[in-house]
Amino acid sequence: MRSVHSSVIENTVYRLIEKACLNLTPSCLHALKEATKQEDPKNASRFALDTVLQNATTAATEHMPVCQDTGYAVILAEIGQDVHIEGDQLSDAVNRGVRRAYEDFCLRKSICDPLTRINTTDNTPAALHTEIVAGNKIKLTFLPKGFGSENMSRLYMLTPANGKKGIVDAIVETVKLAGSKPCPPVICGVGIGGTFDTCAFLAKKALTRELGSFHPREDVAAIEKESLQKINSLGIGPQGFGGNVTALGVLCEIAPTHIAGLPVAINIQCHCMRCESEII
Amino acid sequence: MKHIRLPLTDEIIQSLHAGDSVILSGQILTGRDCAHKRICELLNSKQPLPFDLVGKTIYYAGPCPAPANKACGSCGPTTSARMDSYTPQLLDLGLKGMIGKGERNDEVCKSIVKNHAVYFAAIGGAGALYGNAVKTSKLIAFPDLLSEAVYQFDIENFPCIVAIDAFGNNIYKK
Repeated sequence: MRSVHSSVIENTVYRLIEKACLNLTPSCLHALKEATKQEDPKNASRFALDTVLQNATTAATEHMPVCQDTGYAVILAEIGQDVHIEGDQLSDAVNRGVRRAYEDFCLRKSICDPLTRINTTDNTPAALHTEIVAGNKIKLTFLPKGFGSENMSRLYMLTPANGKKGIVDAIVETVKLAGSKPCPPVICGVGIGGTFDTCAFLAKKALTRELGSFHPREDVAAIEKESLQKINSLGIGPQGFGGNVTALGVLCEIAPTHIAGLPVAINIQCHCMRCESEII
Repeated sequence: MKHIRLPLTDEIIQSLHAGDSVILSGQILTGRDCAHKRICELLNSKQPLPFDLVGKTIYYAGPCPAPANKACGSCGPTTSARMDSYTPQLLDLGLKGMIGKGERNDEVCKSIVKNHAVYFAAIGGAGALYGNAVKTSKLIAFPDLLSEAVYQFDIENFPCIVAIDAFGNNIYKK
């Protein structure tokens, strides 16, 4: 049994937040640069992409958050079952890391009571997802999730008869309905299967996969490719100004489901993909 | 690129067409979900607003806290559609310009034409760039709303696209 002190977890969360909020992921930056080649330099859509790329440079050089929506602090913790966490409770350590980072790095505190709308003032609580895995390590992933895009996410309880076509249609419909609102070009995290709740989590987890990668299962990768091609035929374009690039990628994760169902969750992510991981 | 100095005049609004690239400078107010709700609650209960909206331009944004060496932290636009249910009332009151991101509903589009106003799209996700364009920032109402409070900004070289013009042309409905 390996011991990890809770302060190590707190400090790791703190570091991940700083790094993530100030930088686009390298694969997102690459995808945005590629996207500029597909938009007419005379159009507003190209102006939008150029501005976003210029912004990424400004954020890095001036040590500023890439986007003011520094998000709901989503943290995925894959905890090896041979690790013993010493010190404080895991959620307390994570929330302390969030609290300190959002204050020290001038990040926006965006979490509030859903009814009174009163702000918690320190961006806690984090959305902490824990998974117990094999081994004696802890993998922490931080994803600051903006809500302009989160608001456009959808969950479909399809039937087995809907099949693969139903899945692709659901993904494309979600992006179409979102239109210009979620800051396209978007990234779609898609959960296929599981239950109502685990399907939504799969969609979130899919977003942490490298943009530009494909699912190892060929039939799943085919859904990713077909959906992306159909989305980019919608003509919504960067910021909804019209154009060829409405999505940068579709990332699917899959899990067994019930014989009666076919849950599909689509978690929309804006073009400002920020995500960092570290293994303790 | 057309340079525009705020406040907007009827003449300036008349010259703007959907799809135009513009660079804004001058004074704007910020306001998003909670501030809009408060403003409309005050109006509906016939109470005075803590600031004047006539002829003003409102920016749908909630900034990050300002670091020590800057007037403002990152501050890009938020999704305008969430303000749609409040917007016609503010336009009727004399609001002339809005800056945000994404499409508006039909009521807002009609109200923009009726009130000879304009809606600018800033580029969502460009928070650092827009934050740097803010030269001074002053909290003017609802401090308890924190980042959602109403701030008065002096902006310089703030790039936007004219999204919905006073003639009803709409970049999202091409």
